[in-house]
Order: sequence, then structure tokens, then C-alpha cells
Amino acid sequence: MPKLVIRDDRCKGCSICVEFCPKSCLEITDRLNPLGYRPVGLRDPEACTGCAICARMCPEVVIEVWK
Amino acid sequence: MKPVFVRPQSLTDKPFHFCPGCHHGVIHRLVAEAIDRFGVRERTIAAASVGCSVFLYDYFDVDVVESPHGRAPAVATGIKRTNPDKFVFIYQGDGDLAAIGTAEIIHAANRGENLTVVFVNNTVYGMTGGQMAPTTLLGQPTTTSPYGREFGQDGYPIKMTEMLAQLEGVGFAARVAVDTPARLTQARKAVLRAFETQLEEKGMGFVEILSSCPTNWGMKPVEAVRRIEREMIPYFPLGVYKERKGSDAL
Ligand SMILES: Cc1ncc(C[n+]2csc(CCOP(=O)(O)OP(=O)(O)O)c2C)c(N)n1
Ligand code: SF4
Ligand code: SF4
Ligand code: SF4
Ligand SMILES: [Mg+2]
Repeated sequence: MPKLVIRDDRCKGCSICVEFCPKSCLEITDRLNPLGYRPVGLRDPEACTGCAICARMCPEVVIEVWK
Repeated sequence: MKPVFVRPQSLTDKPFHFCPGCHHGVIHRLVAEAIDRFGVRERTIAAASVGCSVFLYDYFDVDVVESPHGRAPAVATGIKRTNPDKFVFIYQGDGDLAAIGTAEIIHAANRGENLTVVFVNNTVYGMTGGQMAPTTLLGQPTTTSPYGREFGQDGYPIKMTEMLAQLEGVGFAARVAVDTPARLTQARKAVLRAFETQLEEKGMGFVEILSSCPTNWGMKPVEAVRRIEREMIPYFPLGVYKERKGSDAL
């Protein structure tokens, strides 16, 4: 299974990764991070293919993908 | 496990100050990847502009000279001419490049300066609070055109890539966008070509990138991303406008 490393303390909750994930496996959580944003989380790790579209679309460059 | 995507080495680890969803972050990443790809980090000097990209020197692990507003092409000309072995890129917004710095970019292009130019068109003066820029679309409301840009009073949105592509000194000119994964791939290629143009000494390598500014457009980040396809691309067509091939040296 691919591994997604989200540095969610630096996520700004913009939702762009959520919008573009072809497998709809990301979601905005209801936590608050130290920046005061609601960070993204991996809702469905099983469905993730490791395509890295989320990482490429992320304006903060805070997602890493390993396979 | 092997990395599919990791942060490029030429980006420092400093968090961006950009608003949520701002495309400056994606564009910084593309430029940093190009620096890594060509292995020029140790010999790169950038000339930063004035605008939301003003903190370029904090985010790129390369030497950076801060330029007065609009003057990055002149600053970069001095750097490159005195240090021809350095890789020199400039990164300018539309207020910077297409308003206050119009003369500098046109003449640097016309002189065929061996520079790589990353031009971020977000149709507003982002940093100063969303005033109308020369690139603002007709009908687009801004803080200085509250009823929308009107051509009778404000003229038409300026198409810099088409203009600069006409100049002999330009080796490569393209307009791209980073609003979808497919267009991001095209944008990545164009940035690489703009780098190669300098490395092959073929004159200016110019890439215009359509970019979102959710804050000053008054939109949520995803809505702002969607505006690029709906409103910007129809007026600012994407594509390669100029490409000087192999043997036709400058
Ligand atoms: C000589 C001078 N005039 C005006 C300003 C104010 N100013 C700062 S940023 C800016 C516009 C930046 O807009 P743009 O280049 O489009 O960059 P963005 O923030 O949209 O990325 C202006 C007018 C300045 N700093 N210096
Ligand atoms: S790697 Fe692909 S499938 Fe997995 S979360 Fe990111 S976009 Fe979705
Ligand atoms: S794209 Fe990046 S900053 Fe935006 S929600 Fe996803 S991880 Fe957070
Ligand atoms: S004001 Fe606009 S261009 Fe500047 S950081 Fe915010 S979203 Fe980006
Ligand atoms: Mg701008």
C-alpha cells in the first residue's frame, strides 16, 4: 500500500487536494492545527493508489508520497 | 519504499506565507524542481520582484537579489552579463512585470538577454490588496474597478506572452496554467524549456503562468482554481508561442 505523509501542522485546509484526488480518499478534518486551519486527513487509505496528484496540486508542498 | 513525490531540494523548509490555495506555492515548487533537475542550484542567482513573491529569498536555497518594483529584468541583466556562467532566473507578478516594469521586460527581451523569466499572472495586484492590473479581465471587479474593468476607461487586458514572442531576442515563450493535474504537467515542461533556453544560450526563456489569488478574487480556493478555466484561459490562450530550435542560435 502506498504511504502518504501529510505534514498537517503546515496544511492550510484549502481543499484543493481533496477536490482533485481521483479516489476521493482525502477529507478536511474537524481538528484545528497550530496555524488555526482545519487540516486535511486521509479518510480512506485502502483506496489510495499513490498517484501523488494531491501532492502535486498542494500549494504548500506538504504532502509526500512513497510507494 | 521509493519516493513518488517529495519536496524538491532547492526549496528550503520554511513554510510559505501565501494565503490558503494561492498558486504561488505550486509555481515555486515547479521552479525548484527545474533547478534540481538541471543541477544548477550552486550556480543560480535569482532576481526577485515586489509582490506576494517578494520573499523568494527565504524559500529558495539559492542566492537571490531583491529588485525594485518591476526592475528584476534590469537587475538580472547586470548579474548575467557580469557572471555569464551563473544560471539567472527572475520571478515577477503581473503588476510588477506588466505595469511598472513593462519597459524593463520588453527591452531585456529585445536585447536577447539569456535569462529565464517566470511571470505569474493572477489578474490583480495581490500584495497591495487587489487593485486592477493591466491583466485584469474585462468586467472583473477589483478594489480600483469596483464595477468591473471597462475597456473604454481602462483599456484591454494585456497579453504579454503574445507580445514578447514577436521579439527576436526571445528564444522561448509559452503560457501555461496550474489549475488541473494535466495542465500542471504542461506547465512543468514549459518551465523546463525556459530553463533550457538559457542553458543553450538561445535568448530569453519566458513562461507566463495563470495563477489564482483567492483572497483578492473573493473566492474560496477551489472556486478560484475553477475560475482559471472558466474566465482566464478563454482570454489568455495556453500554448507555446515561440520556440527557437536546435541550430538557429541567437
Ligand atoms: C515603486 C513601487 N511602487 C509601488 C509599490 C507597491 N506595490 C507593492 S506590491 C505591488 C503590486 C504587486 O502585484 P503583482 O506584481 O501582480 O504581484 P502579486 O502580489 O499579485 O503576486 C505594488 C504596486 C512598491 N512596492 N514600489
Ligand atoms: S496519492 Fe492519489 S489516490 Fe492517494 S490521496 Fe493522493 S490523490 Fe488520492
Ligand atoms: S492542498 Fe495542501 S494545504 Fe491544501 S488542504 Fe491539501 S494538504 Fe492542505
Ligand atoms: S494575496 Fe493573492 S497572490 Fe498574494 S498570497 Fe494571497 S492569494 Fe496569493
Ligand atoms: Mg498579480
